[in-house]
Amino acid sequence: MDKFKSIRAVAAPLPMINIDTDMIIPQKHLKTIERSGLGQYAFSNIRYHDDGSERDDFILNQPAYRNAEILITGENFGCGSSREHAPWALKDLGLKCIISSSFADIFYGNCFKNGILPIKLPQEIIDDLMKDAQRGANAIFTVDLENLEITRPDGDVIKFEIDGFRQHCLINGLDDIGLTIEKDEKITAFEQQQKIQQPWLYE
Amino acid sequence: MTSPRTLYDKIWDAHIVEEQQSGNSLIYIDRHIIHEVTSPQAFEGLRMAGRPLRRKETILAVPDHNVPTTEDRETRVDSIESKTQLDALERNCKEFDVDYIPMMDARQGIVHIVGPEQGFTLPGTTIVCGDSHTSTHGAFGALAFGIGTSEVEHVMATQTLILKRSKNLRINVDGDLGLGVTAKDLALAIIGNIGTAGGTGYVIEFTGSTFRNLSMEGRMTVCNMAIEAGARAGLIEPDQTTYDYVKGKPKAPKAAAFEMAVNYWNGLKSDPGAKYDKEVFIDATEIVPQVTWGTSPEDVLPITGVVPSAENISDPEKKASVERALEYMGLKPGEKLTDLIVDKVFIGSCTNGRIEDMRAVAEVAKGRKVADSVEALIVPGSGLVKLQAEQEGLDKIFIEAGFDWRQPGCSMCLAMNADKLLPHERCASTSNRNFEGRQGAKGRTHLVSPAMAAAAAITGHLTDIREL
Ligand code: SF4
Repeated sequence: MDKFKSIRAVAAPLPMINIDTDMIIPQKHLKTIERSGLGQYAFSNIRYHDDGSERDDFILNQPAYRNAEILITGENFGCGSSREHAPWALKDLGLKCIISSSFADIFYGNCFKNGILPIKLPQEIIDDLMKDAQRGANAIFTVDLENLEITRPDGDVIKFEIDGFRQHCLINGLDDIGLTIEKDEKITAFEQQQKIQQPWLYE
Repeated sequence: MTSPRTLYDKIWDAHIVEEQQSGNSLIYIDRHIIHEVTSPQAFEGLRMAGRPLRRKETILAVPDHNVPTTEDRETRVDSIESKTQLDALERNCKEFDVDYIPMMDARQGIVHIVGPEQGFTLPGTTIVCGDSHTSTHGAFGALAFGIGTSEVEHVMATQTLILKRSKNLRINVDGDLGLGVTAKDLALAIIGNIGTAGGTGYVIEFTGSTFRNLSMEGRMTVCNMAIEAGARAGLIEPDQTTYDYVKGKPKAPKAAAFEMAVNYWNGLKSDPGAKYDKEVFIDATEIVPQVTWGTSPEDVLPITGVVPSAENISDPEKKASVERALEYMGLKPGEKLTDLIVDKVFIGSCTNGRIEDMRAVAEVAKGRKVADSVEALIVPGSGLVKLQAEQEGLDKIFIEAGFDWRQPGCSMCLAMNADKLLPHERCASTSNRNFEGRQGAKGRTHLVSPAMAAAAAITGHLTDIREL
């Protein structure tokens, strides 16, 4: 997995609430057995016209935001399905950090598995950042995961919080399957115990 | 003495392999259901890392999202991509020696209908699936939740997940549901009450006489929609209704093992005085048949209501969201919901594709005719539901009334097969999500109960079942 230490990039404002996973990646594009190549379909229902041409009113189509790596957006981002195709598509589109006042639980967890940093902040701060992000090519933010800080375009610094284990894995690009496999003895011990208490789960 | 614990706390505690310093726990996973859409990349990951499945016997695989629902389904997979996913599931299951139910098997169906039917879903277990509606299995008093593909791979390789304990939310509903009011209306009313983010960070325990009096089918409908309220999992404590359902199912414990299991399951109850982080109380007698008007399950109203207006909403983002929903749905504020004309009706999905739902539809359909202007699809949730319905003669009632009686699968719930809405078509649907484009690009979904969907098919417009 890619490491995430610190990024300095343009942030795009997408002030919609309840952006669901069907909107992030419509189901007709889920028919893949790969993880890559989904960026072209990200947000396709609001990003393209029916004929496939780009909609000017979609923020990431605007020249200043084409290379945005940060998205600032409304509450309950990522609600709906468990599809990891959603973070895969966002990642493939070049987004590395999503900032919102709240995320759906499954989506939030899926981001970390794919090198995307989701940041939760109170709505008042999101409102301020949303205004900052409207400065087009000047909407440049720094997101520093090691120090848990966002630096706004005017230099103000905002602190954020993240679970320590997730921070560690993301900074070091660690695959948590490898880490868990090292716990094999404990897992086996659990199974032996459970087999005594609930033998029907082992028949 | 330990302090009183909730049902969730008990299941969680019984599955801790290790508590980690970061506040996370390594949690053991007992059961894993997989389907064709979210598993291929996980198998691929295992292959690339040279990792085996830790306990292949804990996995059950069944294709559902992409499968055609027509009679000649085997030869009708409508796109090369769908076929690639279906083939990949079969190939992976062979290679890794996983229990696999093929598309043409009588037991095939939607993952969340097949698990319970096969007795794979058991009280007190942890159950995961790469699908958010895994919450359905919480109806058995199992901790069941949807996971992403990376976690699917994590469970395959280690039989565990690294998780943080959720908060406890109790939703208590007491009283009898009125005539024509079903578990689906109850679920929608709850979401309308707490909102689609109301359960975020929580596991919901549904308590109270209303849930106790529901059948397993009804309980599954409610837990199925816990995710639409933002909660990863919903739970109902197991009782005699649960045991009666589980008993005799193919993979359920038998004879002495069953007695032993029941003994264990009887302990799966929240202790008196257990603390919840949040509690919501609802009076069942006040719930009337529900219908969604917008593009989020929280956009829900009593069928007697009118389309809302965005005018008095002060929050600009919320206002914009309502305006957008009205435009997308092609609705004008003030229109009566019962005046909305439907083009299609979809009855099925893991929310309402079980035998009880089929019976509810048959009751409405009997001796009536689907309106000429409506195309109405009934897709049973599994081959076994289909068989049972046919044994009861329900299929004859459906066909006689002009419904299209199909083969099992997810179908028009998410339109990954050929069953979809055309742009701007309006649909009364028994599924769980009314997101933009969910049932087909630009399609307009109104979520309702099976009886209400059947009523809409007959009259051609959204209908209050109590007045039919
Ligand atoms: S029926 Fe619908 S919600 Fe249920 S698993 Fe299938 S696609 Fe998902």
